[in-house]
Amino acid sequence: MSRPADMDDKRTPSMSKDPAPSRRGFLTGALAAGGAIAGSRVAAQSPDPAITELQPWMQYLGDGVDARPYGTPSQYEAHVIRRNVEWLTADPVSSVNFTPLHELDGIITPNGLCFERHHAGIAEVDPTAHRLMINGLVDKPLVFTMQDLMRFPRENRVYFLECAANSGMEWAGAQLNGCQYTHGMIHNVMYTGVPLRLLLEEAGVKTNGKWIMPEGADASAMTRSIPIEKAMDDCLVAFKMNGEALRPEQGYPVRLVVPGWEGNMWIKWLRRIEVGDQPWHHREETSKYTDLLDNGIARRFTWEMDAKSVITNPSPQAPILHSKGPTVLTGVAWSGRGTIPRVDVTLDGGKNWHEARMSGPSFDKSMHRFYFEFDWDGKPLLLQSRTHDSTGYVQPTKNDLRAIRGENSIYHNNGIQTWHVNERGEAENVEVS
Amino acid sequence: MSKFLKILAPASAGTASVLTLAYVLADQFVVDMPAPARVSFVAAANAQETEAPAPTAETVAQANAEPPAPARDGGYGLGREALPEEIAAWDIDIRPDGQGLPVGSGDVWTGEEVFVEKCASCHGDFGEAVGRWPQLAGGQGTLERKDPVKTIGSYWPYLSTVWDYVHRAMPFGDAQSLTPDEVYAITAYLLYLNNIVEDDFELSNESFAEVEMPNAEGFKPDDRPETELTAFSGEACMEGCKDEVEITMRAAVLDVTPGSDEGDADVEDTAIEVEEQAAAQPADAEPAEEAVAGDQPTAPEDAAVAGEADKASVEGADAEAAPAEAVVEASAGPDPELVAAGERVFKKCAACHQVGDNAKNRSGPQLNGIVGRTAGTVEGFRYSGALEEAGADGLVWDHESLAGFLADPRAYLKGTKMSFAGLRSDEDITAITAFLEAQGE
Repeated sequence: MSRPADMDDKRTPSMSKDPAPSRRGFLTGALAAGGAIAGSRVAAQSPDPAITELQPWMQYLGDGVDARPYGTPSQYEAHVIRRNVEWLTADPVSSVNFTPLHELDGIITPNGLCFERHHAGIAEVDPTAHRLMINGLVDKPLVFTMQDLMRFPRENRVYFLECAANSGMEWAGAQLNGCQYTHGMIHNVMYTGVPLRLLLEEAGVKTNGKWIMPEGADASAMTRSIPIEKAMDDCLVAFKMNGEALRPEQGYPVRLVVPGWEGNMWIKWLRRIEVGDQPWHHREETSKYTDLLDNGIARRFTWEMDAKSVITNPSPQAPILHSKGPTVLTGVAWSGRGTIPRVDVTLDGGKNWHEARMSGPSFDKSMHRFYFEFDWDGKPLLLQSRTHDSTGYVQPTKNDLRAIRGENSIYHNNGIQTWHVNERGEAENVEVS
Repeated sequence: MSKFLKILAPASAGTASVLTLAYVLADQFVVDMPAPARVSFVAAANAQETEAPAPTAETVAQANAEPPAPARDGGYGLGREALPEEIAAWDIDIRPDGQGLPVGSGDVWTGEEVFVEKCASCHGDFGEAVGRWPQLAGGQGTLERKDPVKTIGSYWPYLSTVWDYVHRAMPFGDAQSLTPDEVYAITAYLLYLNNIVEDDFELSNESFAEVEMPNAEGFKPDDRPETELTAFSGEACMEGCKDEVEITMRAAVLDVTPGSDEGDADVEDTAIEVEEQAAAQPADAEPAEEAVAGDQPTAPEDAAVAGEADKASVEGADAEAAPAEAVVEASAGPDPELVAAGERVFKKCAACHQVGDNAKNRSGPQLNGIVGRTAGTVEGFRYSGALEEAGADGLVWDHESLAGFLADPRAYLKGTKMSFAGLRSDEDITAITAFLEAQGE
């Protein structure tokens, strides 16, 4: 199909193909295109070419049904990707990337945008050569094929998975400019899987079996110790995410789901579950994922993820692109201990708070979406969100946390995030008194 | 459309025939539920779809009221019993009490040899770490400081964790290749590096339980229920909560955000590690990014005098045997676009290899002048035996050999310690070769 050469110049600025669109480009573009001024309708000075000119997609035929057998996002959404921070880790194989929270809405994270954290790269596991073994303190050690697993009854559940180190770079102060980087080690998908309880019952846990140790099939052979109560409660052995097979980077063909608990425990490429009478104290629960306090003592087995929220728009990567008037503020909140009945929002750094509007399904240990619509007066804002969870817990400030833990904890930073928005609508990661 | 009805007919028995298509479509996800539960679930789902206010506790309760996946008395009889050999193959975990340790032993000096050969390229000869790889020794007495150094000696509470982790996951990229005796020896050496044992120490499955780690008492159970949950629960202030609000810290001051103008320049001062030092602080280790030396490829003139070049040509006949094609291409200078593409691909290598001015050996050798050089000849780099032998046998890095090596390093050169899976695309290989060629010598 032929495409007029000038078309690219006429597309709206938000359709930029640039992977890192400049906010100045956004702003000038929005104004040039006759964006809303001051929230009151303005008369057009000249006819809008988006209307008066025939666009190529209005005239020419598009791709047929055989062109995209597995669909991908619009070419104009190419900047919506996971991103990593190169200087953060020694190499990209044992590293992490971040979910672009500022580009998403609702509560479900698309599979291709779920953040990744690997300790030995992405294992490409052949499902026909994958086995799940249960051994240790059981009546009968068992081996399951994927086909075997598919014959157990399944459940569908929406859960968030948050890395314990999410926001860990912010303990000593505001550092990264963008909620993708400060809060993007989280995703929220619907899992389909077999309750772990059914598999453990199949093997018969002995009365002295108090802990399980799931193990991954990748080259890090990831292991964690999990108390049997949690294993028998709500853990799933999942093989689908958002309806389709797990992505390789999320543990294809099968992973453990440990609702509400830190992401490192959700063993990917799950190949074995050992039952024991005490914890194993392996690397990821001693050297890592322990929370060092300022008195030199470290907390261990800090499994639950505390209630937390963040405003995703506006935020440093998602500035306000219009001038004064109606403005949509939105964000996400979650708790490892229940649901989110309420989120408060402040525009003035915490002097006054407003109850946000929750929208979308409210599931246990799942991400929740909130909105706060307001008329921006064009003056600087200090935006914060503060979530409440169903246990009555209220998200603390970062300084509240530092007062108890110091600055060396690395993990479990659920403090309130502040964005400073200036007169131009640009947002910055800051901390306030 | 009739397909849906056919699928549903058996599950819904006779009632299915009177259902409208709309109902069938709405209901297709819940065919396995008994009728009463199904109706209420659909009602709850609909309530969510059309909700104007926030979802009520009732809708949540309804969604959660779904019955659990059913258990069956005596189990489902699925799977098969695991054989003892199968359990032995996978059950390699070790506990603090020594459960799981195989019979074996290793001493400090053997450990040093193995460590230097297999571990030091990332962790340093003395566990001091190369680049941003984990530091394994030192740091005792720093846990209460602003920048604690958490190592095996200063932080890890149990020796079993060291043995287990080295055995299951190290060396990085060649997991489970160490024999039990090698793991005992490496563990003994790590204890020695941390001043926990003397140099005549031998670690075995028998002596294992006698070793006590310095920070064994440095941990306590999660006390958030007592120290935080109550303190952080209750009423929240909504109005007039503060008189003044001032900005006390700004990310823009030391912007290290990828893609930001300031970020790239300041990275050096603020490098942190996601799990080791997740706080802003001056890096004591150089950031990985520095490994990509500069934006411009080094000009060939600048590098012509480098000692390595002389060495490569002196060493011989082999270097001269490089294909004429490569020489011609080199003198003509590689295509700038290809070089730029190669620079992007090189990011995959930059954690271990440096190029350009001041390039140093890291966990991999510096790569200036690699094209045309005899394999295994960079001064001061400790190569694998396999690579040294290949060089002695006359292997020269030209387009052909690089292509073979980069496509699948361990297949091309069995025994190399380069833990890289390989570049899948020929285009990437061509590009990176052009980039390396542009680095001069």
